[in-house]
Amino acid sequence: MSNVSEVTGRGAAWTEEPGCGDEGRWHPTAPRRASGITVALHAEWTKLRTVSGPAWLLLGVAVLTIAVGAAATGATHCPQGMTCPVDTTRLSLSGVMAGQAVVAILAVLMFSNEYSSGMIRVTLAAMPSRVSVLAAKAILLAGIVLVAAAVAVFGSVVVGHLILPGHGFTAARGFHTVWLSYGPTLRAACGSVLYLGLIALMSLGVAVLVRDSAVSIGVSLALLYLFPIVLAFIGNEQWQRRLERWTPTSAGLTIQDTIGLKGLAITPWAGLGVLAIWAGASLVLGGLALRLRDA
Amino acid sequence: MTAAAVSVARPGERAAVGRIGFGPALRAEWTKFRSVRGWVIGMILAAILTIFLGIFTAANAGIGCQMNGGPVKTGKACLPYIPYGPGGEVVTDSFYFVRQPLAGNGSITARVTSLTGQHADLSNGPANSGQNVPGLADWAKAGIIIKQSTHQGSAYAAMMVTAGHGVQMQYNFTGDTAGMAGNVSAAHPRWLRLTRSGDTLTGYDSADGTNWTRVGTVQLTGLPSSVQIGMFATSPGYTVTQSSFGGSNNNSGPAQATGVFDHVGLTGAASGGTWTGTAVGGGGPIGAGPQGNGASAPPYTRSGGAFTITGSGDIAPVTPGPGGGLPTVTVEQTLVGIFIGLIVIVVVAAMFFSTEYRRGLIRTTLAATPQRGVVLAAKAVIIGAVAFVTGAIAAVVCIAVGIPRAENNGQVLLKPPLITDVRVIVGTAAVLGLAAIFAVALGAILRRSAAAITLAIVIVVMPFLLTALNVLPATVGDWLLRLTPAAGLAIEQSIPRYFQVATVTNPVQGYWPLSPYAGFGVLCLWVAGALALALVMLRRRDA
Repeated sequence: MSNVSEVTGRGAAWTEEPGCGDEGRWHPTAPRRASGITVALHAEWTKLRTVSGPAWLLLGVAVLTIAVGAAATGATHCPQGMTCPVDTTRLSLSGVMAGQAVVAILAVLMFSNEYSSGMIRVTLAAMPSRVSVLAAKAILLAGIVLVAAAVAVFGSVVVGHLILPGHGFTAARGFHTVWLSYGPTLRAACGSVLYLGLIALMSLGVAVLVRDSAVSIGVSLALLYLFPIVLAFIGNEQWQRRLERWTPTSAGLTIQDTIGLKGLAITPWAGLGVLAIWAGASLVLGGLALRLRDA
Repeated sequence: MTAAAVSVARPGERAAVGRIGFGPALRAEWTKFRSVRGWVIGMILAAILTIFLGIFTAANAGIGCQMNGGPVKTGKACLPYIPYGPGGEVVTDSFYFVRQPLAGNGSITARVTSLTGQHADLSNGPANSGQNVPGLADWAKAGIIIKQSTHQGSAYAAMMVTAGHGVQMQYNFTGDTAGMAGNVSAAHPRWLRLTRSGDTLTGYDSADGTNWTRVGTVQLTGLPSSVQIGMFATSPGYTVTQSSFGGSNNNSGPAQATGVFDHVGLTGAASGGTWTGTAVGGGGPIGAGPQGNGASAPPYTRSGGAFTITGSGDIAPVTPGPGGGLPTVTVEQTLVGIFIGLIVIVVVAAMFFSTEYRRGLIRTTLAATPQRGVVLAAKAVIIGAVAFVTGAIAAVVCIAVGIPRAENNGQVLLKPPLITDVRVIVGTAAVLGLAAIFAVALGAILRRSAAAITLAIVIVVMPFLLTALNVLPATVGDWLLRLTPAAGLAIEQSIPRYFQVATVTNPVQGYWPLSPYAGFGVLCLWVAGALALALVMLRRRDA
């Protein structure tokens, strides 16, 4: 009879909007409103911490981000007597560009692994409110990614702070120190952490929509990396600005800019907002698909 | 008791019974591929997206212009006269030429005692400060030249001193041979000699005018009997390139070079004529040109036996990217969509193997074809061939549709020889085919689609991206493009890198750190390595 309970369960999820308050009919063991999401969170957390994959991927986010940032700062010099139009903060945080790939993979696997193993049917049987399942996954994912991203970004800032002054980027020559005490750097660092969190949510939405892990990863990585490549090649300035303003990575990474802000196609926080719209739209579409489709 | 029968069979007998030819294995894999609708759609999608993105990029690179308050024009109408060299390539041919006609064979000898110059002041950013400062572009040059006519793009051979590369012999825009090293000065003058005998031109240099060294001999086929002979000076624009995160920053401004010549001697039918000064292609001093921003120097003065000649421009092939002065397009620039094609094909290819593990089909496959190497080879051949065909169709359409659109928009096509066009198209298709085989091998090694796809995309696409966008400094990026499978995309480079033209090495401008075939070889090595590892893993592991 699991079919019946699943169908009715979805009905319950539909009425489980704020103010409806009749979910007790379907969840005798979870009488209070808050418990739906709490139980879902607890279940998802158990799933997450009992496999080793996510932990390795989180470690990968931090290591890759810091390593690429260190390679970029380590190879950049500003010789005496040259003017160097280098955004030292953005340079230090350039590993985010690589680390986001791992974040996207983690996000995709968090959902699509359940499809490939068939676990999703058990999950939805136990937790018929599909929106709760997705919300729980999104909250957990955002939580763990933000922690890993904070480590990665802080590590990158430390590396930049230690390396760059020795390469000619000194305060005496007009370069601000890459440290959190400098307002724009603090904004760039916090923004980069949020950026990685939003990338995770966007990729999660893609995974829910697409379901197959392989195709989801392809789509997510294309979303992350394709637009910047097109942007590098396109000659039309109007399209360049459009792409800079509305594509997830280009707009989102403006949060790292600390020099030349007037020349940006979009302001840093607005750029992060554009990425938030992408992530939100992806999650909403994913949520709708999850509700409307059979698992 | 069939089990017993199998268990007593010798390895040799079993092989004889179980051996399946390569043909049936290929057919089996082809059936598997074409019967999964998602994969077929994926390949069609790869071609469509590649074409769409390529044409979109090419079609949206337009130029506009307005002359003296006239109507605003766009596209082709904005282009200046475009000279083509004897080899058919787009060239820059602007210099100041002090010349006289030469009929038949003859030679010119001259001593160069000084090469100085001026360029726009770029120390405060772009060239709008209105001031010129002393200094030389790396390829500022002055010397002697024998040229078919004063028509831009006509055949020539020249001996010259340069600002940063010593004495050079150059001919027909693309040819370049190095002579004496070191800079020219009054204390270290350079003697140059150029002789013509029929179609053969020979260049010599000397430090003292007594001991001569032959620098090179070139054949200028079809050179008419009457040519122009004389001295010239010119200088490409002075460019400061600074690559910073997110793009490279090119500050460029006009520059001029001034050469001082004496001991000028002519032999042959030219001796005794009068000297005429001509600014070929508007190549006079920068102060005299429309973009000039200083007082105009006289292009050419003569006092006794000494000539002082000042010119600007360049005598060189036009290369893609900034500094060429023209909006250029190369065939490979319409192929940017290959990245989306690459991602889609890698996804399909990785699934082609790894899905068998997920569904358990691999056990049936290996029961039917026990030689695991044959299974791997059949899968590689099928997916490689499908990706190759997809890539070839996409590349042909991209170039055939994208190039005319780009030209209509006012881009100057840097047209390579036909053989290079073929190399670019076949190479692009082959890169897609090899990437697919690489992904199949990774699918066999890792047995999980997600991991295989991630690894394939990250090591094929990411190095290009990190380098093209200047996320990594050029030195690191160049090494990535030498060592990773992304090096294979160098096969798309259609315009050779000329030693005598300062260019920015960045794949976005069309320049790769490795030569086309060397880069392609790196990709082949990766694929071979992945296939070998996959074979070992397949044989050693249970399915």
